[in-house]
Amino acid sequence: MTTTESPKRTAQVRVPVRGRAWWIERRTLGVVVGCAVAMLVLGFVGLSFGSSWSTPGEVLGALTGTQPSVVIVEWRGPRVVAAILFGAALGVAGAIFQNLTRNPMGSPDIIGLDAGAYTGALLVMTVFTGATTTVAFGSVVGGLLTAALVYALSRSGGLSGMRLVVIGIAVNAMVTALNNWLVLRAELEVAMAAVGWNSGSLNGIDWDDLILPFSVIAVLLALASLRAQALHQSALGDAVAVATGVGLERQRLLMVFIGVGCTATVTSVAGPVAFIALAAPQIGRRLARAPGVPLLPAALCGAVLLQLADLIAQMLLAPVSLPVGVVTTAIGGCYLIWLLAQEVRRR
Amino acid sequence: MTARLRAQDVTLAYGERVVSTRLSLDVPDGGFTAVVGPNGCGKSTLLRAFVRLLRPDAGTVALDGRSVSSFPAKALARELAFLPQDPLAPEGIKVRQLVSRGRYPHQSLLALWTKEDEQAVSEAMITAEVEDFAERPVAELSGGQRQRVWVAMVLAQRTPYLLLDEPTSFLDITHQYRLLALLSRLRDEGRTVIAVLHDINQACRFADHLVAMKDGRVVAEGAAADIVDAALIKDVFDLPSVITPDPVSGTPMVVPE
Repeated sequence: MTTTESPKRTAQVRVPVRGRAWWIERRTLGVVVGCAVAMLVLGFVGLSFGSSWSTPGEVLGALTGTQPSVVIVEWRGPRVVAAILFGAALGVAGAIFQNLTRNPMGSPDIIGLDAGAYTGALLVMTVFTGATTTVAFGSVVGGLLTAALVYALSRSGGLSGMRLVVIGIAVNAMVTALNNWLVLRAELEVAMAAVGWNSGSLNGIDWDDLILPFSVIAVLLALASLRAQALHQSALGDAVAVATGVGLERQRLLMVFIGVGCTATVTSVAGPVAFIALAAPQIGRRLARAPGVPLLPAALCGAVLLQLADLIAQMLLAPVSLPVGVVTTAIGGCYLIWLLAQEVRRR
Repeated sequence: MTARLRAQDVTLAYGERVVSTRLSLDVPDGGFTAVVGPNGCGKSTLLRAFVRLLRPDAGTVALDGRSVSSFPAKALARELAFLPQDPLAPEGIKVRQLVSRGRYPHQSLLALWTKEDEQAVSEAMITAEVEDFAERPVAELSGGQRQRVWVAMVLAQRTPYLLLDEPTSFLDITHQYRLLALLSRLRDEGRTVIAVLHDINQACRFADHLVAMKDGRVVAEGAAADIVDAALIKDVFDLPSVITPDPVSGTPMVVPE
């Protein structure tokens, strides 16, 4: 007997597309809807919060244009959008590297790519006194060079495994030290600007700051979603991946480029925002109960996490707004300790 | 005997370490070829060269006269399916999801599922007898069940060729024989099977083309009845033995002295 569809296929939803179909896990669908709702709610809170709370009526009025408000649209709006966009980019970057390294700790912030991107940005700012575009370019180059360094040092152990993570942590420490030195050596004005986003901050972001990162991240995320299937196929091990038709080396290069691109773009605008890339993919994976580390839940969880962290950063010592990186580092640090303990217990 | 899949004068090496030099092998179409030999003799390496996991330093591996390295990745994966010794199951993956991964070479970028994809997956699960636990996580299965899930994944690829690297290791004896019987059934249905096997007696019983390798060379090849004798076993495995007909199948049976 060959029935075309087994009757037990209840965990998935079938979406027909011109005689073909997409199968989507029910739980993934739930995560998407849940995160979308959370994003909207947090976004609304973000638009309302400030030195004085706006009423929901004022926010809706500002959004629809019936009750124009510079504070809501020009000040808080970009911040909310930035949190969603950057959170999603960091979540995807984390998911990509966790898939490539097959390790929940192999995320760009842990293995020093954030710090490396920041070095690139700092060098452009201090040595070349560059503009926004050059800073973004500098941070991408910095991120890629750090990735190459980590890979070269852990080469004998391959892409996966603890070796790469441990070496990455060491590289991260060294690059961070280099960053501090660069800031100390810099001109006072540049140094102050640099320290402002040393720990990652969305303070004072406006719409103009978002045009370039928005376009870059949109392209990178589109590319990532097209190559996601190949990424997950590679999780079956190199041999199966190649034997089922994944062009493994090109695929890996492209993925590293997308991951570093996302991280570096965020870093060039907001500074290194740590731990979103580490935590979001794993939270998404657990919520969706999907095999491997899926990209979409990672993106959505990243967006929600960064929004949440940024709200906390604004509210904690209001009216002083903390850099969001301080909050993500505080929360993420606890998570990292727990993760390390688990990893050690597994051995 | 015709052979679409051929290795000709290939030199296979991992970096500096040369495994085989000027190795040639024709894989008989529609046959069950078993490759046997001691550990480290280059059996797995040869299989890896066929699916271009390893690029020969010299010589060619060709399908229909065309070098396998010139095929687009997915096109070759629609011809040759390969089950390595150590495939990785992603954390939390369920049986059906893993078997579905076998459809990768047949799908476009967007992973849209056709009726044929669906059919191939359910058919593969039925053939490999894993449909009863289709919705269970692979990690919860026994070693034997897990191996059958991987076989199902390879079957879902629906390729004319099946290459398996020691598919029976980690299986208990019952499941070893069931898997080998399944492979010969697939051969009977027209597929070409190439398997690296550890157990010489199983190879003699199930394979119609036996390839004995040693130190990266093919020492002998042909039907087991034609090539297996005490001298060959002494030469290949360095093991003194007596050859007697298998009481069940009549094929040669190696009994170590």
